[in-house]
Parts: sequence; C-alpha cells; structure tokens
Amino acid sequence: MVLSEIEFEPDDRYHAFLTICRKAPCGDGKLAGIAVAVKDNISTKGIETTCASKILKGYVPPYDAHVVELLRQSGAAISGKTNMDEFGMGTTTENSAFGPTLNPADTSRVPGGSSGGSAAAVAAGMVRMALGTDTGGSIRCPAAFCGIVGLKPTYGRVSRFGLIAYSNSLEQIGPMANTVSDVSLLMQVIAGHDRRDTTSYNQPYRHTPDADIRGLKVGIPQEYFGAGVDPTVAELVKHAIFRLEELGATSVPCSIPSMEYALAAYYVTCTSEASSNLARFDGVRYGPAADTKKSWHDAYRDVRKTNFGTEVRRRIMLGTFALSSGYYGKYYAKAQVAKENVKKDFARILADVDVIAGPTMPTIAFTLGEKSDPLSMYLADILTVPANLAGIPAISVPCGKADGMPVGLQIMGNHFCDERVIDVAYAYEQAVVS
Amino acid sequence: MVTEQDVQHIAQLADIGIDAGELGTFTARFNAILDYFDVLDRVQGDGAGARDLINVMREDVVEPSLPQEDVLRNAPAQEDGFIRAPRVM
Repeated sequence: MVLSEIEFEPDDRYHAFLTICRKAPCGDGKLAGIAVAVKDNISTKGIETTCASKILKGYVPPYDAHVVELLRQSGAAISGKTNMDEFGMGTTTENSAFGPTLNPADTSRVPGGSSGGSAAAVAAGMVRMALGTDTGGSIRCPAAFCGIVGLKPTYGRVSRFGLIAYSNSLEQIGPMANTVSDVSLLMQVIAGHDRRDTTSYNQPYRHTPDADIRGLKVGIPQEYFGAGVDPTVAELVKHAIFRLEELGATSVPCSIPSMEYALAAYYVTCTSEASSNLARFDGVRYGPAADTKKSWHDAYRDVRKTNFGTEVRRRIMLGTFALSSGYYGKYYAKAQVAKENVKKDFARILADVDVIAGPTMPTIAFTLGEKSDPLSMYLADILTVPANLAGIPAISVPCGKADGMPVGLQIMGNHFCDERVIDVAYAYEQAVVS
Repeated sequence: MVTEQDVQHIAQLADIGIDAGELGTFTARFNAILDYFDVLDRVQGDGAGARDLINVMREDVVEPSLPQEDVLRNAPAQEDGFIRAPRVM
C-alpha cells in the first residue's frame, strides 16, 4: 500500500545512477520508507530500464520484476536505476553505454562490475541498500572494490522473473548494503518462490544474523591464494580468516582442482547463453527502430551493430561460435562437464567443512582504462565464477584496505545455506567493528 | 585459429554486423580468448549434469496477460494494433 513518497535528491558525483526517481512512492512494511536502488537490468514498471545499453534506450517495462513487486509490497521506495556494464558484461562498469561509474573510495578507479552503480550508490551513502545481479561475480566484485557487503544467493532462491536475461543458468539477483544486517534484511524481502521463474525454489529466507561461529569449520582452498592473487590482498584475507579462528572457527586446507578450467567453462557458458538471449534485441518490439523497409537480416544487423557495445557484440559472437556445428563438442559440451566437476569439487569439500573462505577479487580496484584487453578483464573473475558454476551462495564482506582501497573476504557455503554464509560474514563484521 | 573471414561469417550468423576497420582487432582478440578456452581440452568426466533435474511446467491453460496497448507501447513501428517488422521476403 502506498502511504507516502520520499524525495530523493542525491549528489550523484560518481555517476552511480542512470535514472533517479526524485519522488519515490513508499509504504508500510519491513522496508518502510527505505530508499532502495535497483540495477538497470531489473524491470521496473513505469521506470526506464536500459541494461546500460543504447539498444534499450527509452524502454519502459509494462510490468515489475518479481523482486520489485516484493520491494514495493515491503514499503521500500524505488529511488532509481543504477549503472552497470552493458547487459552485465564486464567487471568494471566501464562497459556502460552511458559512461562509467567512479569508485567513491578513489575516483581514479573503477567501482568493479557489473553492478558498479549499485555498489557506488551504497558506498557513497546515497541509498541504504541496493539490488544487484551476479552472473560471475557482478555483486561480489563491486562490493569488494567499493568496501560494502554483497550476497549472491543460492541459485533458485530469488526469482529471476523480470530480470533481463544474460545467462540464465548462472545469474541471480541479490542484496547489497553497508552492513551484513541490511543485506540479510533485504534478502528476507526478495527470497521465496515464484511460479513465473521455473528455476525458483520454495525456500523463503527468514533469518536474523547470528555471530556465534564456535566450532565452525572453514575450508581454505589453496587455489584462492595462488598465482595471480596480489600478495597484499592475500595477506589481508588470511588475517581475516585468523580472526574467524579467534572467534572459535577452525580452518581446514582444501583444494578445488577444477579451478584450472572453471573460468573458461564460465565464459563459454555465459557467452553461449547470451548469444541466444540477446537475439531478442532487434529493434522490432522495443528499442531504436529497425528499418522495416529493409530485409530482416539487414535491418537487424544494422540496429544491432549500431546499438550494442563492442563487448556485447564480442560475447554474442563468441557464444555463436561456441554453439556452432563442429565446435559445440569442443566448447559448450566440455564446459558443461567442467561445470559438473566444479559442482562435485564443492560438494566434496562442503561435506567436510561448513563454509569456504578466500579473497573475493585477486586485486584491488583497477584504475579507469586499465583493463582494455578483454581476456585480462575476464581473468579477474577467476575467484568469483566458481560459486556461479556450482550454484552455491557466496558473500563478500570488507576485510581491510590495501593501498587505501577496500578488499573483500569471500565466504561460500552449501546450496540453500545462505543463512550460514551470512552468519560468518556477520561474525567477522561484528568482531572488526567492536 | 579463426580467420578474419571466419569472424565475418560468425558476425553474419549472429546478425551483428562488423566493419572492415574493426575486423583485425576483433579477430586477434577472438583468437586470444579461444586459445585460453583450449584449457577445456583437459576436462575429464562424463558430466551430463541434468540427471537430477526435472522440468517445471504449468498446466497449458490461458491466463490473463498484459493489455495489448501496454505491450505495444515500446514498439517503434506499429500498424492496426500490431507490431510492424522488417520484410521477410
């Protein structure tokens, strides 16, 4: 029920928002009157939703995503739509067609991506909480780079109805906020069954964080502290794990051998799914007009070449190639076996330990323009994609600073044990705050 | 290794379009990424991960949908309550 509206006039010096709702209706409920920012790939009825792409410029969804309906029902004020890498394809938010978001901790650096606008809006104090989406780290990476908390829920726990699809088998909508308690509160609102998403699982989240982690076993995978991980970042994360031990947890060394090919499996899978999902953008039902006088291939080609960014076009083409006859077996089929192996590795480890901990990102936030080569940008996702392939919950919680920039501690848990990763993050956060 | 002609062909399959000026860089980066994907040749196992999954279907009955005018609102070209599309023949 709409009770009133809040005025939202943020100083958006970091370009966190693509759309600002200056007067946002709100109501009664769990999130009464709280301003919540929503990533621009989540459909909001009556509010422009572009996925940070020119191909959806001007698109106003005629319906709400399931999570947005839930936000409205809980009294939250949808205060705006946040910037992102176009269609979620990136690790920096520089791939937005409408210009990059800056990191509030250092404006010469990226906020991470692809939910960089949501992270920056929270980190800069413009909103108390935000929704992001995470296909291969897109909530956890910007949370780590901006120094906030972000949860990728278990696959299936939050409905994807109304999320403009990029890679259906991997992506989840999740909460972002300055504290673990607020992430948990937002998760209470958005989790639960929705028949309009056939992968939705009926397991609501009614948890309140509990900081007692005595007796908990924490797996420490060697691959999360190996080559490519900045030694300063690794040291900070090891120190954070030591704090968990001081709180009564025990750490256990472990190994995820499938990490060797997890990143390749991820990129083959997500580009393949993208090549199919993004076929719908053709200038016919929405977006900039296709020239209906031309033949359909020519009309689509022109509209898609002009209005998709370079990275989006690259991923559509990579996926088209990976699925094409003669290459399907070498790429897509192999990637699905690899995905299964990643799942098995996590199942084996999580049979012995309660959670797995490591860094969220191998480095601190990049400077703007630093990752101009696509492959080097992909490699930065190595520590976040395994949780998406396995479908397990993973949270990033701030654990100190390296060179003045925030570093994230990542906690991963078993399927539908989102409560447990929240508790471990909460225990760490409370220990550091007090 | 894919060639510039291969990349052009893929662009055509995907209805994505590619300019002559960007073909060289696109092809080089494409090959660097495909080289990296070669690590998948080392994957062992039978996978077939769909074993424990079931399809979730609803009954095939008509349910209320969006009003026609709401659906048409975003379409750039319309005619008589329909969406106008490029010619197919």
